[in-house]
Amino acid sequence: MSPRRLFTSVAVHTALTIGAVLTVIPLLWMLSASLMPQGEATAFPPRLLPSRVTFEHYLDLFNRLRLGRSFLNSTIVAVFSTIFSLLFNTMAGYAFAKLRFRGRDRIFSLLVAALAIPAQVAMLPLFLLLKTMGLVNTYVGAMLPLMATIYGIFLIRQFMVSLPDDLIAAARIDGASEFRIYWSIVLPLARPVLATLAIFTFMSAWNDFIWPLIILTDDDKYTLPVAVANLVGEHALDLELMMASSVITILPVLLLFFFLQKQYIAGLMAGGVKG
Amino acid sequence: MSRSQFAPEARAAVVFVLPALTLITLFFILPVIGGFVLSLTDFDIYSVGNTANTRFVGAENYTQLSSNKVFWQALRNTLYFAFVGCPLTILIALAAALLLNAKVARFKALFRTIYFAPVVTTIVAVAVVWRYLYHPRVGLLNRALSVVGIEAIDWLGDPRWALPAVILMAVWKNFGYSAVIFLAALQNVPEDLYEAARVDGAGPIRQFWSVTLPSLAPTMIFVTIITAIGYVQLFAEVYVMTPDGGPLNSTLSIVMLMYREGFRWWNMGDAAAVAFALFAIVILMSVILMLTRKRWARA
Repeated sequence: MSPRRLFTSVAVHTALTIGAVLTVIPLLWMLSASLMPQGEATAFPPRLLPSRVTFEHYLDLFNRLRLGRSFLNSTIVAVFSTIFSLLFNTMAGYAFAKLRFRGRDRIFSLLVAALAIPAQVAMLPLFLLLKTMGLVNTYVGAMLPLMATIYGIFLIRQFMVSLPDDLIAAARIDGASEFRIYWSIVLPLARPVLATLAIFTFMSAWNDFIWPLIILTDDDKYTLPVAVANLVGEHALDLELMMASSVITILPVLLLFFFLQKQYIAGLMAGGVKG
Repeated sequence: MSRSQFAPEARAAVVFVLPALTLITLFFILPVIGGFVLSLTDFDIYSVGNTANTRFVGAENYTQLSSNKVFWQALRNTLYFAFVGCPLTILIALAAALLLNAKVARFKALFRTIYFAPVVTTIVAVAVVWRYLYHPRVGLLNRALSVVGIEAIDWLGDPRWALPAVILMAVWKNFGYSAVIFLAALQNVPEDLYEAARVDGAGPIRQFWSVTLPSLAPTMIFVTIITAIGYVQLFAEVYVMTPDGGPLNSTLSIVMLMYREGFRWWNMGDAAAVAFALFAIVILMSVILMLTRKRWARA
């Protein structure tokens, strides 16, 4: 290695490492403080690691503050949003990609144009609508905006357009029904994009804040972000407890990302829309 | 081709698109139109009880908004957040992507994963963490600064610092997204372009300015506007870190104002007008994105 190359290598790796350290410090500190005995994270002189590891705050959150309930709510909302989103968006995305019907391209371009409308614009009337339907403070109300999305249809359609037409035509000649073609031929071929859509939907359902905050009015129904935002108001001084509640909220999505990184990044590139 | 040939296919298509289109129309498109109608009424807490108490007031909510100081402050804060936060995010993302793309760099996958991790985290939860990092007395940031002799700053309590503090957190949370997009674009720059530049005697810096940067321009415009559109929708960060608009409303954002007017005070007519101000900003940004994309596609 030439001296010049060695110097570049050292400089690049130093910069990369500094960036990585600054990026993980907030997350590592969250984890570390969540395991400290009460009051240790705010003591002087400051500690970076717990003097002894304790899970008391996690137990306290689950036993006394019933955060397990919110964890369950978040899971229900995220899982069912994902299932419905997979079903409805793939059906529509497939039809827009491969089936010929009148007005197809016009409807699709209208949908794409509507992609630019920020979700918040719909929220006030949507709340009033769901109120008259009796869906305020229900899981269904929390899930509705995620069950079928323009972005989801768009993502699926872009992928399915490139599937070979011959395959579908051949199945039709063999007498397969349209539903069978969708279910047994198209969906298996679309597995990579299904994974992407599933991860994106699950994560946005899990991380979403403003809509659950609006539509879920009872703490029995709160999802984790709403519950945590509420807790920080009441337990602002209890740093270790709040860090534990953040860990509980973040860990599932972070693990999901670590294991399904490839699909997630691929989707980011394909969609080119903020996840 | 006769029409009847398509008939079963067209029938199936209707069944396939119906569930999604019904949901989207009923729970998104109609509410958007309804939101505009709502913004032309005096819908308030009495209307929540009985909609008969609602009157049509024309553009009154909009004219009131235009003379409302709090609205202008929210607009200013939001644009400040977007126009300062966005370039910062993009610059750091670009630096990270260039480092990751360096030929000598090793452990690329590991670094990329680390840089991207904050992107997938829950905003509310990391906002809680940053709220404590910024704590004036026990926060890590002030403790670190005191080591180099900088006096404690009340980051989230001081109207001059509150919004910059939120921006710093947003940069931390979001730069990984743009970095990954930049990295993919960098890997797509044809090697011959660098080869040709080297033959012409261009050094690394010259190569960066005349090969790398022009090749990245379309991606740069894309991520800049996508990031800006995300930033003007600022809400959860300020809701958690600086409740109620922060000191002297210094972190009050457009969406926060909409939420406060609509769901805390039930002034839904006013809130809908605020929502359409956001709508106008986002549409404007999307149009710029589309126009620049078309231009690049033609070039």
